[in-house]
Amino acid sequence: MNFELLLQLIINGLIVGLLYGVVGMCFVLVYKSTQIVNFAQGEFLLVGAWVCWALLIYLELPFFVGFLLSLAFMAVFGVMLQMIVLRPMIGEPIISVIMVTIGLSIFFQSLVKWIFGVSPQSYPQVFDTQSISIFGLNIELAYLMSTVIALIIMIGFYFFFKHSKHGLAMRATAFDQQVAQSLGISVKQVFAMSWGIAATVSATAGVVIGMVNGVSNSLSAIGIKVFPAVILGGLDSIVGAIVGGITIGILENVAEFFDSQYLHIGNMYDIAPFYVLLIILWFKPYGFFGTRDIERI
Amino acid sequence: MAEAAAKLEELSPVLSINNIEVVYDEVIQVLRGVSIDVPQGQIVTLLGPNGAGKSTTLKAISGLLKTENGEVTKGDISFMGQRIDSKSAEDVVRDGIFQVMEGRRIIEDMTVIENLKLGAYTRSDNEINQDIEMVFQYFPRLKERTGLAGYLSGGEQQMLAIGRAMMARPKMICLDEPSMGLSPLLVKEVFGIIEKINKEQGITMLLVEQNANYALKAADYGYIMEGGKIVLDGTKEQLLNNEDVKEFYLGGGNETRKSFKNLKSYKRRKRWL
Repeated sequence: MNFELLLQLIINGLIVGLLYGVVGMCFVLVYKSTQIVNFAQGEFLLVGAWVCWALLIYLELPFFVGFLLSLAFMAVFGVMLQMIVLRPMIGEPIISVIMVTIGLSIFFQSLVKWIFGVSPQSYPQVFDTQSISIFGLNIELAYLMSTVIALIIMIGFYFFFKHSKHGLAMRATAFDQQVAQSLGISVKQVFAMSWGIAATVSATAGVVIGMVNGVSNSLSAIGIKVFPAVILGGLDSIVGAIVGGITIGILENVAEFFDSQYLHIGNMYDIAPFYVLLIILWFKPYGFFGTRDIERI
Repeated sequence: MAEAAAKLEELSPVLSINNIEVVYDEVIQVLRGVSIDVPQGQIVTLLGPNGAGKSTTLKAISGLLKTENGEVTKGDISFMGQRIDSKSAEDVVRDGIFQVMEGRRIIEDMTVIENLKLGAYTRSDNEINQDIEMVFQYFPRLKERTGLAGYLSGGEQQMLAIGRAMMARPKMICLDEPSMGLSPLLVKEVFGIIEKINKEQGITMLLVEQNANYALKAADYGYIMEGGKIVLDGTKEQLLNNEDVKEFYLGGGNETRKSFKNLKSYKRRKRWL
């Protein structure tokens, strides 16, 4: 058994898993505050990564300038999407809203293909050295950056929801919209804000993954892969999304390892998370961190 | 002269509801012409049986009616000289009216402190921590509770709901049945604190209650509502000594047992606006 390879795969899984966690948090954020299951989550990564690519290639901006500009664009994009497409859907049946997000997903995938074509592209070189060695393991600098960014986002989320006025307002809205309104919180504003944050943060993940794997239309698949992660953790738990993301990230790499070494079924990397999804829904439909209502003692 | 003017100023209503009608879902009429005046700095209570429209009246004031598909179709509500009946709930809070909804409605998956901070959502000054301490002075037992608010007892949740309202530094608090589900001792405690807040902070209170006994004792003025209309109003003393009020709301009444045969309902006595 090749332990070194296994360890490398686990670390890769951890790094990718953190990004799944970040995207999962965005999914949970939208679900919690607006009760919308967002099937267009992956398209945020896709659009964000392509916009950043376009800024870097066509306008030849330095990487971090282009990166920040594309995040600003995505913030506006998310807010506008909520205001124009989803705000009129408030009060409509949940299934209609889900259909709308599926429609958005197809629309943006096609739009991106139309504008940028179907062949993968890569970002200009960001770092001079490709990889550094930590404890004898080769770690790509891009991976290291993605880990740092993911951790910063998670810590940022924690402080936002724990200590900032708007974070608390979002939690209040998630708990009970009428109560939130009675406290002077504008629910519409909270909805727009949550879509803006989800779009921006997902786009960050999109750009980071794009740096490693290149920008391609398969980025939107992350949006689907986040489902097992989020359901594992519990649909309404931010912590659960992170734990679920890391678990799924490691699991798909380990599954791939055992498959290539022993089982030879093939394609386990893509399939394993969905086996987990099935098993979780079977035994623990609320996930490991998802809450039912608190019962007062 | 100046004294008289000051007196007049004091008694001029800060909130006045003028003959409003409220309709839910465009067909169900709940209020059929309700007029209430709430003078500055006083406690006014609104009494009445279930379904009389008390909570609806409060929601009409606070703008929460719109979240329940209700609408003020007639009449107007003005607060400090400004029409507020078409404003959104958020704007009414910013104008200085804070409603403590029926059943406490605290945010159960947040801590006491977080709930209090949310009360101050509309404020942008940096005295919020001072005000949290001030709330703890009124409700010392909240200070000891560090867990989630959902695990507080009913009385503590009610205290938290009132404390959260104070955090907004409102000019007026509308309380919807603060005594609901509390033991008699706790009801007494909560009403004591409500009176104290009214006196010390100068916050005007509009108090909707079923527990007429306590509510009338705490209040300066009272309105009695039945079937979507105000049927009786008067000062605390007038209402406490009114035979009908004694009979229907306070229990007891005359020494002799009454029978339903010779019961004369005050509903028949007309009250115009």
